[in-house]
Amino acid sequence: MSSEVTSIQELANKEYSAGFVTDIESESIAPGLDEDVIRLISSKKGEPEFLLEWRLKAYRHWLTMTEPTWSSVRYPKIDYQSIVYYSAPKQKKDGPKSLDEVDPKLLETYEKLGIPLRERAKLAGVAVDAVFDSVSVATTFKGKLEEVGVIFCSFSEAVRTHPELVKKYLGSVVPVTDNFFAALNSAVFSDGSFCFIPKGVKCPMELSTYFRINSANTGQFERTLIIAEEGASVSYLEGCTAPIRDENQLHAAVVELVALDDAQIKYSTVQNWYPGDKDGKGGIYNFVTKRGKCLGKNSRISWTQVETGSAITWKYPSCLLIGDNSIGEFYSVAVANNWQQADTGTKMIHIGKNTRSTIVSKGISAGHGQNSYRGLVRVGKGADGARNYSQCDSLLLGDQCGAHTFPYIDVQNSSAQMEHEASTSKIGEDQIFYFQQRGISAEDAVNMIVNGFCKEVFKELPMEFAVEAQKLLGVSLEGSVG
Amino acid sequence: MLEIRNLHARVADKEILRGLDLTVKAGEVHAVMGPNGSGKSTLAHVLAGRPGYTVTAGEVLYRGQNLLEMSPEQRAREGVFLAFQYPVEIAGVSNVYFLKAALNAIRKHRGQSELDAIDFLALVKDKARVVELDEALVKRPVNEGFSGGEKKRNEIFQMAILDPRLAVLDETDSGLDIDALQVVARGVNQLRNHERAMIVVTHYQRLLNYIVPDFVHVLMDGRIVKSGGKEMALDLEARGYSWLEKEPAGAAR
Repeated sequence: MSSEVTSIQELANKEYSAGFVTDIESESIAPGLDEDVIRLISSKKGEPEFLLEWRLKAYRHWLTMTEPTWSSVRYPKIDYQSIVYYSAPKQKKDGPKSLDEVDPKLLETYEKLGIPLRERAKLAGVAVDAVFDSVSVATTFKGKLEEVGVIFCSFSEAVRTHPELVKKYLGSVVPVTDNFFAALNSAVFSDGSFCFIPKGVKCPMELSTYFRINSANTGQFERTLIIAEEGASVSYLEGCTAPIRDENQLHAAVVELVALDDAQIKYSTVQNWYPGDKDGKGGIYNFVTKRGKCLGKNSRISWTQVETGSAITWKYPSCLLIGDNSIGEFYSVAVANNWQQADTGTKMIHIGKNTRSTIVSKGISAGHGQNSYRGLVRVGKGADGARNYSQCDSLLLGDQCGAHTFPYIDVQNSSAQMEHEASTSKIGEDQIFYFQQRGISAEDAVNMIVNGFCKEVFKELPMEFAVEAQKLLGVSLEGSVG
Repeated sequence: MLEIRNLHARVADKEILRGLDLTVKAGEVHAVMGPNGSGKSTLAHVLAGRPGYTVTAGEVLYRGQNLLEMSPEQRAREGVFLAFQYPVEIAGVSNVYFLKAALNAIRKHRGQSELDAIDFLALVKDKARVVELDEALVKRPVNEGFSGGEKKRNEIFQMAILDPRLAVLDETDSGLDIDALQVVARGVNQLRNHERAMIVVTHYQRLLNYIVPDFVHVLMDGRIVKSGGKEMALDLEARGYSWLEKEPAGAAR
């Protein structure tokens, strides 16, 4: 079988269809990082003084920190002075007022990625904010959302138009001192999305941001902030791709969610950054801090992620369950194929009374991929009646890959109820042959098994994206049968 | 339907089949018997195209085509079915979803249209009755948590749905109590017809009381050493296999 394993494994060198480069003139600052660079970024964006001070505070703290080494991912040392911290497509004057003023090359780029931004072709029922390298290039359906009071715009725009909201909530969930990558992001973040759903409003459409890294040697440091006021609800989705490049590129984002009383935020990610080639060359280093605060009573934050891309994924979308009866959820599918490494999971911090959390993690390892689930469930002293259910399943394809599980549980209240289930299974030759003997090809067999394995997570995704995610997973694992 | 000539096959470095000849015509049921390690299961797997089984010499013609050149799924789509001795469990994939994908792959190959959900479920209901398979099992993941008997019944159920031309039953009787054996045999008998050929691989004569073969072959050391009618099975039951080893036969050595 060994020769067949190799030949099947070769098929795994699937085309990464989002790997093209857009030839566009961009304005970048020189590589390197110091206070002047931060001042430059801030002045380019015309930011108020408070934000510059906030950035500098983050930077000064970052200088005192060291890169974390506790995760299972291994990579060569990142040279932070060789990274370009700001790159934007060149544009006339103040930036486009409408889509007509957006460079057609940019619109084409998003069209090629299946994200049409032009009015006529826009995705029905989904408002999109398109972020290209360091800046947001367009946001669709803005007017329609404004009618119901929903603010959905680029982060830079929010700083200009709603500085009071930014000042109030920025860093309120992930403080500048939180961790190495969050501090770096706080110092240099360039753009991202901002959503504000006012009291009592159910956002009438899905909101989504599409992140695209284009320039070489550029880091992407976006910042997303979503606030749902009392009784508000929103479903938000992000997607990400990048060109195929031999060098590794850094992506260090921060996402903060705030849910007040009875508010609900559903945050879904389909992450398809360039994963590197079959020998592990190139690919995105994805170091991301995502955290939601269930501040109000009966609030609910739900993270769903499908992580198929990136050379390295380091992210732990978490929930702080502060309000009584609040609910946190984490549904994850993470794929590590070829030489990809994924270290991902969640933290559920129970603080309020009768808080509940659910964790469903599905890790798929193939090729030489290493997949780790790392999670923490903490129940504080005052969190009477807290409940958690965790399920961590691993699926192995082939015998060169690895699956690891690191569940931490810290309970300080005796009324807590915790449940943890875990399983590891392997798609073996025997199973594949069983499918083949019934007329089903090996490729379809893997797809059927993997989709069956991920079912519980996919059903949490908005309908149209569930189909997308299923396809993406099929491509990511193409031929990786061992 | 099937012509096996001078078939030699190895698993890893061990030669298991050493010049096997067998001809099977449409409508016939052939029993292949033999002691442990004689190559019975190897024959079944070589016919199905299992990876790891290397054919070193000889040929296998299936309906005039070179079977050995076909991929396992091609063979299945051409109508070769293997009822496994040890059916694997497949978590997360329901039996009915699995079978629908299989049937439609085969139908597509035959140039037939795919069955829609309604027609397919009607077929499932009909065929589940043939092997007295609990319909709840149809919705469960493939073989997951099935008892030994349920797994074997599920194999015959799949065979009923996929409607093969050549069915190879690999020790379908192993691990079954007498009641389960009768149910499985009844299912198999209902699937006998003048177009379908079957090769029933078994260690014991017991199964052949219920699935009465047209021919019985004894496989030893990778070759058919004796062939005869259904009565030969009883003879083997009474005398065992060892006397055949001593028989000076041109066929054997």
